[in-house]
Amino acid sequence: MPRLDSLKTFESFRQDLVAGRDPQKTYITICSGTGCHALHSDKVSQAFEQALEKNGLSGKVGIRRTGCHGFCERGAIVSIFPRDVCYLKVKPDDVPEIVSKTLLENQIVDRLLYEDDNGQKVMHEKDIPFYKSQNSIILGNNRYVDPQNIDDYIALGGYSALAKAFFQMNPELVLEEVKKSKLRGRGGGGFPAGTKWETTRNAPGDIKYVIVNADEGDPGAYMDRSLLEGNPHCVLEGLIIGAYAIGSNQGYVYVRQEYPIAVENLSVALEQARQYGFLGKNILGSGFDFDVAVHCGAGAFVSGESSALMTAIEGRVGEPRSKYIRTAVSGLWEKPSNLNNVETWATVPLIISKGADWFCSIGTEGSKGTKIFSLVGKVKNTGLVEVPMGVTLRKVIYDIGGGIPGGKKFKAVQTGGPSGGFIPEQLLDLPIDFDELTKVGSMMGSGGMIVMDEDTCTVDTARFFLNFLSEESCGKCTPCREGIFQMRKILNRICEGEGKEEDIALLEEIAEVVKDFALCALGGSAPYPVLSAIRYFRDEYEAHIHEKRCPAGVCKALISYYIDPEKCQACSICLKNCPSQAITGGKKVAHVIDQGKCAKCGVCLEVCPSKFGAVTKHSGAPQALTTGR
Amino acid sequence: MKQMSQELSLADEITEKYGDDKSNLIQVLLALQKKYNWLSEDVLKLVSQRLDIPLSQVYHIATFYKAFSLEPRGQHLVSVCVGTACQVRGAAQLLDRVVEALKVRPGETSRDMRFSLETVNCIGCCALGPVMVVDGEYCGKPTTKDIEQIAAIE
Repeated sequence: MPRLDSLKTFESFRQDLVAGRDPQKTYITICSGTGCHALHSDKVSQAFEQALEKNGLSGKVGIRRTGCHGFCERGAIVSIFPRDVCYLKVKPDDVPEIVSKTLLENQIVDRLLYEDDNGQKVMHEKDIPFYKSQNSIILGNNRYVDPQNIDDYIALGGYSALAKAFFQMNPELVLEEVKKSKLRGRGGGGFPAGTKWETTRNAPGDIKYVIVNADEGDPGAYMDRSLLEGNPHCVLEGLIIGAYAIGSNQGYVYVRQEYPIAVENLSVALEQARQYGFLGKNILGSGFDFDVAVHCGAGAFVSGESSALMTAIEGRVGEPRSKYIRTAVSGLWEKPSNLNNVETWATVPLIISKGADWFCSIGTEGSKGTKIFSLVGKVKNTGLVEVPMGVTLRKVIYDIGGGIPGGKKFKAVQTGGPSGGFIPEQLLDLPIDFDELTKVGSMMGSGGMIVMDEDTCTVDTARFFLNFLSEESCGKCTPCREGIFQMRKILNRICEGEGKEEDIALLEEIAEVVKDFALCALGGSAPYPVLSAIRYFRDEYEAHIHEKRCPAGVCKALISYYIDPEKCQACSICLKNCPSQAITGGKKVAHVIDQGKCAKCGVCLEVCPSKFGAVTKHSGAPQALTTGR
Repeated sequence: MKQMSQELSLADEITEKYGDDKSNLIQVLLALQKKYNWLSEDVLKLVSQRLDIPLSQVYHIATFYKAFSLEPRGQHLVSVCVGTACQVRGAAQLLDRVVEALKVRPGETSRDMRFSLETVNCIGCCALGPVMVVDGEYCGKPTTKDIEQIAAIE
């Protein structure tokens, strides 16, 4: 592949590429992101290869392994273009039928289509309710691109924003456009990207760095992974444009080592970008040099913080430092360094091609553009969702997410990762916006949206977050190291049934100190889950403390399982499955759980046949449990 | 003795590949961890010499990051996701059952060296939650039977 050494060469290459592609050629698009990979999409792909070969279609029908399409609940997803048929929950055994019916006979395999609540089948991916209300300007391209084939990206218009920036604009104009767009960082801080770029650009020194933060540490968030796996070039293009505006010739991508597919696809993308001349010396003949190195993380949440990340790239322990001197002025190797999140960089090419005014037309006054969320937890349609800022939480959870499964009641949605707050039902009509979420005691964070139902305990969940943050704290500053540890101790006691009258006030007092005096945002935002849980679910805390009762039936020390002797049919399924051998009973003898041996695992409740329903879970007032009366 | 010198010569190859740039320390250790499944004292000493970094600093890195294990790992690596989405879907109960079945606690290796168990904080398969990964194979919503089968692998 000859290097594209000028704008003209690039444009004629693209024209030839597009002209050489038959828009009517059938492509089988198989989602191969980590989620569908876990559902054996690789075996689905192999099955397609074999079936096409067997039917003599190998030359005529293409297979495209793409990144995440977003509807993870229904993976593995297979979409056939240009016919535009979307099959869900595809297994390798379904493939021969798809090939013979859809490809050879032009028929639809109905059972693999999406079915709505009225039993209506939906054929086109974009008509599926999950996708209909979304605005996938960034993630949407995943379905058209093989991340290991740069030509797919170029055929879609990729790298034309880069060409525009280099040849129709100049660094100052690019910077102005990004500032005008009011793009705010998508990694959690929500800081205006254009302002950060400007600070870095204006900082003294010739050597500057640009960095992609792909350390996505928030549990439950996997948006960045899906972008990097599925369309790494859109991130690279944004990074090169940013480097050009800032005046940097060296970029870094810091990516979690827990994302092997993202690391691989990124490496392939970098190699291909270099071959084509989008990276390296004299990019497209512009005179601008820029290249990128990849640095893998090694499993430390705190290293996702900007100053810690830069220290990790230097090969040192990734601990944050206080930022009275910003990293934009003195960062990696004490040089001005601009760090942005994956999604932030991925948004830049769109802002350059379509303009800041277009970008500002989407979203709210304070939060422009779209945001990708990982909608997970107790929700029917788990997956990645991209919506314009300003859409309500209710719309995301119910219209897109399909609501709560199993007929359960919504309790809260937790946004912003382990430092975000709980948002209760009465606030579901809140527009999704950086500032609106902060006002109610939560935050946008990186985009995790964990839905919880009546079976989730906010005391236990707050404890879980504090456990996580306590483990991940680097230990450098006392408020975080000691404060989170003490809050965790108090919550552990409350969950163990040893809560005290003064615990809530003490939690609030420690929380204020940690919040205001921690060195970095890990400590600084750690108290938010507890504070918001006390704000909106105080009665739950009081039940744990005063009544030793867990209303959601989660905290092991406060729950017990009971077999109703009236309903027990002595089938012994629970007895045989109990891992603690805590159940006694025999033929025609009602079974009894020995509370002393019971490990509260819940297996008995799970395995008791629903027609008997003899096992129940209790919390609070003790039952006559060991005697079975 | 033979195994140790084999280890060191492989470690040599890896450190050779990354050159003497001290900022590559974490990348070197990641490659060595992947190769050997753990980081022995001898390997860490070699890295310290090669990159001219004090051994205490090498240990600082090796103990700070979760990816590194300073003890030999078992034949099979079992990872249970305890990220928030899986937590909400019962990851804590799953972990209890796995601990019971494999007779090993998180962060440890079973006595017979068959299993190492770890918890991870989100592998991005939230739709399958709760998720566990066994030797790179993902298992979503594992049943008691699934766990028994895993416990029985050689």
